[in-house]
Amino acid sequence: MIRFDQVVARYPRAAGAAVDDVSFVVPPARITAVVGPNGSGKSTLVRALLRMLPLVSGTIRVEGLDGAAGDRRAFARRVAVVTQRESLVFPMPVREYVALGRYPHEGSWHAAGAEDERAIDDAVMLAGVLPFAQRSTEELSGGEWQRVRIARALAQRAPALVLDEPTTFLDIAHEMAMFELFARLARGGTAVLLVSHQLNLVARFADTMVLLHRGRVAAAGTPTEVMRAAVLEPVYDWPLVITRDPAVGAPALLPLRGSSR
Amino acid sequence: MTRSGFWIVAAVILVALMVLGVSWGTVPLSLHAVVAALAGHGDRNAVEIVRALRLPRVALAALVGAGLGVSGAALQGSLRNALAEPYLLGVSGGAAVGAVIGVALGFSSAVALPLFAFAGAAAAIATAILIARAAGGRADPRVLLMAGVIIGAFANAAIMVVLSGAPANTMRSALWWMMGSAAGADWPQVAWLAGYTVLAGGALLWFARDIDILALGDESATALGVNAERAGRRVFLVSSLLAAATVAAAGLVGFVGLVVPHLVRAAGIRRHRPLLLGAALTGAALVVLADLVARTAHPPAELPLGAVTALVGVPFFLVQLRRFS
Repeated sequence: MIRFDQVVARYPRAAGAAVDDVSFVVPPARITAVVGPNGSGKSTLVRALLRMLPLVSGTIRVEGLDGAAGDRRAFARRVAVVTQRESLVFPMPVREYVALGRYPHEGSWHAAGAEDERAIDDAVMLAGVLPFAQRSTEELSGGEWQRVRIARALAQRAPALVLDEPTTFLDIAHEMAMFELFARLARGGTAVLLVSHQLNLVARFADTMVLLHRGRVAAAGTPTEVMRAAVLEPVYDWPLVITRDPAVGAPALLPLRGSSR
Repeated sequence: MTRSGFWIVAAVILVALMVLGVSWGTVPLSLHAVVAALAGHGDRNAVEIVRALRLPRVALAALVGAGLGVSGAALQGSLRNALAEPYLLGVSGGAAVGAVIGVALGFSSAVALPLFAFAGAAAAIATAILIARAAGGRADPRVLLMAGVIIGAFANAAIMVVLSGAPANTMRSALWWMMGSAAGADWPQVAWLAGYTVLAGGALLWFARDIDILALGDESATALGVNAERAGRRVFLVSSLLAAATVAAAGLVGFVGLVVPHLVRAAGIRRHRPLLLGAALTGAALVVLADLVARTAHPPAELPLGAVTALVGVPFFLVQLRRFS
């Protein structure tokens, strides 16, 4: 479980807070999605979780452990984070890359044991990267690379998983497969925190949505509660209508043409 | 080449080059004569040549190469920069200035000199990082390199200034630092460099897994539980100490730290613990070979060791630059 409690974070030399008094909980076995327009503070929340940005006030705890407490490896054993972007300067075999996820569990000489090998095998299977596990990272397509990065996070075997815009550059099939994977992980008990722009997909897959606007929580609740024109229009500053997704009945958003403003 | 093949080939080449380095020269010696001389038998001249001149020189060259190779591999990984190496980052130049100042102040022992060199190297690094940060972060490999080149030029100028007022013998040693050479090798120097290399190299091997993680970038490293800033600084400092020790022993020998890690990676070795060990082996072989060329290409004159490595390194650098830009 991840607990954000009255979190205030500010970038150095910035006038206002990038994240202001944000509180919510990411429970186990659920997908919690953080949505909001560009610059609303979604990625800042992830940076604050990693303590790459010091908190002005408030706490972020994962399984009861405060990231500010200092033991970063213990923190990484509790939460795995797939950051928005990552590129490798030196390519390596996919399996070796996934094995890096075991770092927080390794002893001081960092030799891999049987438990590590098992975790790597499981992660490779679960993320569906087995077909290209023997390839080098430089030979992967965008979708494959994204899966490999998730496999590395799964190898951490953390009870919580944070994904920052994991499907940004993916086509429909790869994106859907990714969301199905998140749903499977949540069913397996993982507390999934998903930062995404894909409101409609999030509305189908997430249990809870947290809508951020200018660093504050504008709305939080089930997709049906958050996906309402009255809630979304002022936040996105664009006219839109909410309909029903004909496949599963989840709320779906249709932005209108600009001239109808 | 398979990975196990790499270790065998690298070790065999290193041993062969070291044997060649001891037996080949103005006075060529047979393998038999070398073995006899090592045991203290046979011709007295041969014993002197092998034990006091060639063997310490070959050993020093091997240690310089190992140190530069390891330093380059650690810097490339932790800075996520395929073009990083102590010479191009200005670390070696700073170390040379420190060493020249040490000599000018009268501290020329094999113990103290690396400390002066290290102080110079540390100052150079701090400046390079400050310049890179001011120019928009160390994320762009080219910015850090530019900073390094500028510091290298500044270091050369500083050495020239020291030179201009110096007596002839100081001048010779300063020039020697700028061009690199293993010619002055003696056993105490070899022993001290071996000490520094084992200590710093051992520390970097200990940090090797951290370097694997740092190579992913600061955000991902933090997510995996590495304090990216602290771990990066630690690797940078130890790599620089190692490079500085080689500079104190043999002057500026450029491009070894650049070329060697790429050769080892090309053999399929990607994790930094084996990569650092492979870089030590390959670097040692490369500098022993370069010193052999420097010593025997144009007798009786000697070519500067740094010039020989640059002749190999510059084309390699250009190829790498093309790949990464």
